[in-house]
Amino acid sequence: MPTVLILGANAGIGRALATEFASHRYDLILAGRDHEELVILAADLGLRYKVSVRAMPVDLGNFESLEAALKECFKAGGDSLEGFVLCAGHMGNPGAAKKDLREARRILEINFTGSALALEVAANHFEQKGRGFICALSSVAGDRGRQSNYLYGAAKGGLTTYLQGLRNRLYHPGVNVITVKPGFVDTRMVFGKGKLPLVASPDKAARDIYRAVTKQRDVVYVPWFWRFIMFIIRAIPESIFKRLRM
Amino acid sequence: MNPSFSTQSLFGWGRYRLESCHVCRPEKRSEVALALASGLQSSYIARGLGRSYGDASLNENGGVIWPVRLNRFISFDTSTGELECECGTSLAEIIQYFLPRGWFLPVSPGTKFVTVGGAIAADIHGKNHHRDGTFSNFVLSLELLTPVGELLRCAPTSNSEIFWATVGGMGLTGVILSARLRLRRADSPYVFVDYYKAANLEDALMNMEASDERYDYSVAWIDAFAAGKILGRSILMRGNHAPAAELPARLWDLQSKLANNDAISTRPKWNLIADLPSGALNPLTVRAFNAAYFALHRTIAHQLVNFEKFFYPLDAINNWNRMYGKRGFVQYQIALPQASGREGLRAVLDRLARSGRGSFLAVLKRFGESGPGLLSFPLRGYTLALDIPAGRGLAPFLHELDRMTLDYGGRVYLAKDAILRPEDFAAMYPRLDDFRSIQLKLDPKRLFSSSLARRLKIVG
Repeated sequence: MPTVLILGANAGIGRALATEFASHRYDLILAGRDHEELVILAADLGLRYKVSVRAMPVDLGNFESLEAALKECFKAGGDSLEGFVLCAGHMGNPGAAKKDLREARRILEINFTGSALALEVAANHFEQKGRGFICALSSVAGDRGRQSNYLYGAAKGGLTTYLQGLRNRLYHPGVNVITVKPGFVDTRMVFGKGKLPLVASPDKAARDIYRAVTKQRDVVYVPWFWRFIMFIIRAIPESIFKRLRM
Repeated sequence: MNPSFSTQSLFGWGRYRLESCHVCRPEKRSEVALALASGLQSSYIARGLGRSYGDASLNENGGVIWPVRLNRFISFDTSTGELECECGTSLAEIIQYFLPRGWFLPVSPGTKFVTVGGAIAADIHGKNHHRDGTFSNFVLSLELLTPVGELLRCAPTSNSEIFWATVGGMGLTGVILSARLRLRRADSPYVFVDYYKAANLEDALMNMEASDERYDYSVAWIDAFAAGKILGRSILMRGNHAPAAELPARLWDLQSKLANNDAISTRPKWNLIADLPSGALNPLTVRAFNAAYFALHRTIAHQLVNFEKFFYPLDAINNWNRMYGKRGFVQYQIALPQASGREGLRAVLDRLARSGRGSFLAVLKRFGESGPGLLSFPLRGYTLALDIPAGRGLAPFLHELDRMTLDYGGRVYLAKDAILRPEDFAAMYPRLDDFRSIQLKLDPKRLFSSSLARRLKIVG
């Protein structure tokens, strides 16, 4: 059976996406930092969908070990590995990041540097294979910088640009690159932040992302209407935008 | 990751009182302990799918741990049916994934949208209580995160005192993180049901006494508006799991489809997107409904009924509790002991019929032996459950029923209750002091509480 490697599958969209792939009969390799949690999820998905699910330790924040850890995962996936999904992200605390550069650095490193490095490893693997897909979660926050979370937004914006280049690079080798830009999804990032409009469930987001992968889309907004919302937000002239409290 | 709490207005299922609570939804097991140790809230209680009717899952101005995302299956033994799963797993999920493999819940409440943690904390019962007892009879062990953050594995054979305080303990001994359950075999999603139309209470009880033992499941819908000679007229619905071999040919197709499929859908079919007006269910409409319901049913044996329809008829409508409108309703469920039960039922039904507060859904059933859970509800005898719309004078009326219940040696079910007073509660649950002393040892800093616990002074 085809196998998908998901990095950051522990919670939120990553977990929902792992569930979605398992329900479509994919075997899974779940990678992430909290191994104990991944083992529980692996057992759960194996029991629910009767697919083979393995948990493997990968720390996106540890640049020294990242490549070797990911290569272990690719080796474990072997020939049946069809795709790599990057769901790891760190919303962080924008307020704390203003005072503490370590938090600012962590937001930038997880969401951009670590993510891009992981994708480089994946790109080399699939380029050699000459098939497969790479799907990464960026964010609508990367479409325009706002005072409330511009570090996160900048890193995700960088990731979006990186993914454009990667898509271009991998087009001829036959590897599909999907950029996913979720809006508000009912995960840890959103819970407890007061009442937000238009919040989608992780399951709904995962169904949309799965469809984008199978239909070989390039860039998807999740749910779809965020494309229009962000179109309008991007269209506001900077001279006006800078005055807004967003 | 620091736990974050979001302030939300929460209801019990009866939508009787809205309370502001600070809710934490852990995404990982370890976050439950972090939340309890955070010092962010004055007290904590776990809440699952919010199906307790009153205030058991509410903690006004306090912390609510909402572990609905801790809903993972941990292990399953295909030869014994032993399932280990996390507390937030719903009974619907267990059915969805394990009924197609030939396993069913050992005890089914009236809704499948209940979590395993909640099922243990309320020590729920089902239509098979007369035979199999409560949910806890099938709990082999559980993992309890105590209020001081200790992780204890409890079972009837180890840490048994804590186990029997946690079973039925309404969440006050800590957070149940996971449990090992024993499922029962069921090789088809159908039940063969015998319907019997009983002319009055005497007729219903006589039939239950005489032949309940022939059935896995037995329950009666009772017309709470009927008075006088027809007091307690009811429809008995009693059934056994249908063996796959006895299903009619037209269902074979479906049966084999089910066996090849991993899951069956257990989602509600309908949605009530707005409250009905509060007066929509009034004595007139309910009386008419009850009369029609009674008239439409007849005595008939061996009917093949889908498990959803037999066990969870109301689950087909999401948010059916909105039928009662803004004012909400109270479910009042009592257990009465065998010896005085008949007389007690007659007295309560008579009082109810005279009050004009008749119940849309009234359920009567026989209870088997009570279990060792210190605050478990069932008593060998009978149980009667009534849905009563909220309205003026409800509390004094229910206090009167409480006193009657107490006089007959009965008790009120905490998972349903919203109205009971502490002195009546203490008189109904004679093992309360044992519970309190175990609870105090587990929670010396008084970190666990709920609106129910404070109203009834369950903990000191």
